[in-house]
Amino acid sequence: MFAYLLNAISRWAFPLILLGIPLFGIIRGVKVYDCFIEGAKEGFGLALRILPYLVAIFSALAVFKASGMLTFITSTIGPMLAQVGIPPEMIPLFMIRPLSGSGALAVTGDIMRTAGPDSLIGKMAAAVQGSTDTTFYVVTLYFGCIKIRNTRHVLPVALVGDMAGFFTAVVVSKALFG
Amino acid sequence: MDAVWFFLLASGMLTAILTGKVELVTGSTLQAANAAVETTFGFVGVMCLWLGMLKIAEEAGLVNILSKLVRPLARWLFPDVPPLHPGVGAAILNIVTNVLGMGSAATPLGLEAMKRFQETNERPDVATDAMCTFVLLNTAGLTLMPASIIGLRVALGSTEPTAIVAPVLAASGVATFVVLALDWLIRKTKPSNIIPLKNKHLNLTDRSSRRPSGLVPTLRPHTGNGTATRGNGGM
Repeated sequence: MFAYLLNAISRWAFPLILLGIPLFGIIRGVKVYDCFIEGAKEGFGLALRILPYLVAIFSALAVFKASGMLTFITSTIGPMLAQVGIPPEMIPLFMIRPLSGSGALAVTGDIMRTAGPDSLIGKMAAAVQGSTDTTFYVVTLYFGCIKIRNTRHVLPVALVGDMAGFFTAVVVSKALFG
Repeated sequence: MDAVWFFLLASGMLTAILTGKVELVTGSTLQAANAAVETTFGFVGVMCLWLGMLKIAEEAGLVNILSKLVRPLARWLFPDVPPLHPGVGAAILNIVTNVLGMGSAATPLGLEAMKRFQETNERPDVATDAMCTFVLLNTAGLTLMPASIIGLRVALGSTEPTAIVAPVLAASGVATFVVLALDWLIRKTKPSNIIPLKNKHLNLTDRSSRRPSGLVPTLRPHTGNGTATRGNGGM
């Protein structure tokens, strides 16, 4: 039942947005076509902006994996994570997700590239990527701009939230795609 | 990130040298760099489609409408700040733009909210309750439509690129719930003691009486443009 509902959300969210936004625009008297073109112009630049991140992460991970380092690391901490049902492929993503948004997106891309975007691991990586925002970046930027040094409970709570998000992403992916 | 990246590269390369796999590693590294370019180009189409849609939503005033709808939540999220405080307006706009995936619009609004919250902070180096809740909401990052992830999946040849929408919504929803619950618990058990209540009250009433209009900032990046198109559309 729950899985059915979630799959329905995945199936319908995008088509409904593609219908709903232009419809809403027309109702509000927006020139939807011109407006779409205007916005779409920025897409190329935005996509190009992730190229350096993809190159940096894809190649560093290629070295890390082809040399056997990843297998070594996952064989040491992998069994511990396997106890709670987390595949070892997620380790690099868990490490980088709170530090760099584009970096983590690139790690997700690498996992999907090697495991296949429609494999369980590939979908799980995508879910983990979307499960939280870049905690350290957000905390540093937002408090830094007004020079607040004592951030009280924010960082530990945010990291617990990240872990909750990761765990939910893993569990829900397994339930839906496993 | 410097340390992580260097660790991935250096530890991998050292292992490769020690185990004699240098050629294999070099080959796959160069291939990976090339794959990054292919992936980027496969990503362009979805990003264009999504940004085009967001532009229509922005022009039609979707952000302002949604902000009005979620505004009642502010009283509950930021109980120590009066609901008409300008910081709250910016914070709500930031949350709505973030949930819609308009990252580039969200960040300036978030910084604006922090600056407004700071104006009524008696101890400017310590975070207030509202700041903590607001930053935590941002770190949890509730997401309705993860466009960049979908784009990446399309680029890598997925046959069901949007299959991950619901897991992302569920996971970011749980993360948001967890941070809000912990934040609430901590505030209940350890009241901030930062600002004496009387002072805080005085300060805020003072401010709101001084700024009767302009209390609620709205997102109007294309006001002139928007009215023009609306007029043309009606013709």
